[in-house]
Amino acid sequence: MNLFRHAAALALPFFVAMPHAAAQSGAPVRIGSTLSLTGPLAAPGAIQKVASEVFVEDLNRRGGLLGRKVEWILKDDQSRPDLARTLYEQLVTVDKVDLIMGPYGTASILSAMGVAQRYNKILLHNSFGTPRLAKYEMQFSTSGGAFDIEEVWPNLVFSAVASAPKPPKTIAIVTSKFPSLQFISVGAREQAKKRGLTEVLFLEWEFGNRDFGPIASRVKDAKPDLIWVGATGIDGVLLLDAMKKIDYQPPMHFYMFPAPGPMKKTPEARNALAFTTFEEHPPFTSNPRAAEFIAAYHEQGAKAGLPDTSVDLLASICYSMWQTLEAAVNATKSIDDKTLAQWLRKNHVDSIMGRLEWDGPQNYVTGKDIYKVKQLQDGKWVVVWPREFAAPGAKLIGP
Amino acid sequence: MPSFALLGQSVLSGVFVGALYGLLGLGLTLSWGLLRQINLGHFALVFLGAYLTFQLTAAAGMDPLLTLAVVAPAFFVFGMALHGLLARFSVTPLNTLLVTFGFMVMIESLIQWIWTADFRRMETHYGDVRWKIGGLFVPLPELLTLLIAVALALGVWAVLRYSDLGKAMRAAAEDAPVAAAFGVNEKVLALLLSGMCAAFAAVAGTCLALSHTLAPGQIYAWIGVVFAVVMMGGLGNPLGPLLAGLVVGVSEALTQALTAPAWAPLVSFTLLIAILLFRPGRFE
Repeated sequence: MNLFRHAAALALPFFVAMPHAAAQSGAPVRIGSTLSLTGPLAAPGAIQKVASEVFVEDLNRRGGLLGRKVEWILKDDQSRPDLARTLYEQLVTVDKVDLIMGPYGTASILSAMGVAQRYNKILLHNSFGTPRLAKYEMQFSTSGGAFDIEEVWPNLVFSAVASAPKPPKTIAIVTSKFPSLQFISVGAREQAKKRGLTEVLFLEWEFGNRDFGPIASRVKDAKPDLIWVGATGIDGVLLLDAMKKIDYQPPMHFYMFPAPGPMKKTPEARNALAFTTFEEHPPFTSNPRAAEFIAAYHEQGAKAGLPDTSVDLLASICYSMWQTLEAAVNATKSIDDKTLAQWLRKNHVDSIMGRLEWDGPQNYVTGKDIYKVKQLQDGKWVVVWPREFAAPGAKLIGP
Repeated sequence: MPSFALLGQSVLSGVFVGALYGLLGLGLTLSWGLLRQINLGHFALVFLGAYLTFQLTAAAGMDPLLTLAVVAPAFFVFGMALHGLLARFSVTPLNTLLVTFGFMVMIESLIQWIWTADFRRMETHYGDVRWKIGGLFVPLPELLTLLIAVALALGVWAVLRYSDLGKAMRAAAEDAPVAAAFGVNEKVLALLLSGMCAAFAAVAGTCLALSHTLAPGQIYAWIGVVFAVVMMGGLGNPLGPLLAGLVVGVSEALTQALTAPAWAPLVSFTLLIAILLFRPGRFE
């Protein structure tokens, strides 16, 4: 009897695990990537880590890729492009991963791209801000951004503010010298001129600037109708803080990629505008896959200690990157880099953000993309432009 | 032609940020000048102090300034322990740079583990208070930082210059064996001084939390300019970092107000190089 019990006890885990094992057989598909888990880009890195974990867990529950479990090997590039290059070399040559996925941020992606090119690996990435530099034929951006973002994105913002009850006539463009932000802000200068907006101020600051007081004073002195702030992370909040200290509230203000959580908690950020690809309201949440992701991300994000667990741009572009990989692998029944790249060039993927395509120059699309403009209204980010993606009842609030 | 408001407000902004440089540099200059320890861990302690202030304010509802009653003594003890460790293994001044860099990375990891890498922002009533004086706005958190920086720098300077304790500390730093021959207990004084430096990091952390949004990676953003300020001010001189901080802060602010803001980071290092060139004997 005892022998039977022991045998049953030993066999039980096998039978319990059997359906899972039947669904996933063979060696796992090993996918390697780095993220900025420490250093100045650690905040977006933390968001993308959670989004990736949510996807990979869900993917494995659904049977993995080609019936094989997916093992995600993540390394910390410390927000350093030089380290990212070394780590991608390691992933390919030492860890011998089957596939690689992009890190966070233009500079690190550029480093990873060099390694991918050297080893003929396909590279999906989601936050590359200077598409013209992406010359490798097996790189694919899944951020939904256009090839000519320096024209498309400023025009998107200027179209949005033109719909305000009192459209702006003058503009101050202030930007960090963070490469992609500066590149797009310089594009905004050109587009503003073409649209007849008078530029009353143009300023650049070094990434990592500590004192925004003088910049705020110069903006106040220039009295613009609209401020374009080429900032990422916390710079936007620091500028808002500095403007508050001199009792200045800009009539209309746009921040390229602000840290969404702290911005939400800043009262002076009311009616601030920013780019997004996804927000937690219809029509985005009408997609059942998106709704599932939101629920899982809230849970995992809270467990990971993220102060803000809303799904927006950073989480959605990362999730869409994994969706793209899954779609390509399922369609081609292959994890061969060249096969996947060939398929992506000829096909599209319907992600939670919208349709992703790569049939234009350097695997981008031109003239349009899936970016939207959101506004902070009553402490919540809501899409206000284009109108068909606006939150129910939401309109751009202007002066 | 820039307006009076722009110039005046920029100078004021420079004074406030310069005071923070001085406050951050106070503990560093004392440990470097009097203990011969180049304590990179000081920056991480400042941020740990800032996060603890944030936590005690957000979770326990304490007034940010009152958190110092808890954080500063704890840091004092930590500072003494750190010195005890460095002394126990007879770490040379240059090696303290490496060891304390290790501490900095460990503390940064600890901060990130507890509070994550995302940005943290302390919401207090201090942030809403500002006065308009002669067309210029004076915010309370920055004013508090300035007052605390001036009070601490002057207080430490007076103690070092006029009290027996301060004279003993300076004597021990100058020539420990001779000071010991005169009855100075160099080991105890070094422990006390190291504790004080860590407590100053706690104070700087509270001031930082009052006026800045926090992220672990930002530790590194302050190192260059504060090092420059400490070297310009003279190692071991408590008034030096404050004065140099004010000069650098105002210069940076005026650079931002009158020229391209991107040139501002050049200011502190240009000033440092100029001082090294024109006063070469100072750092021998």
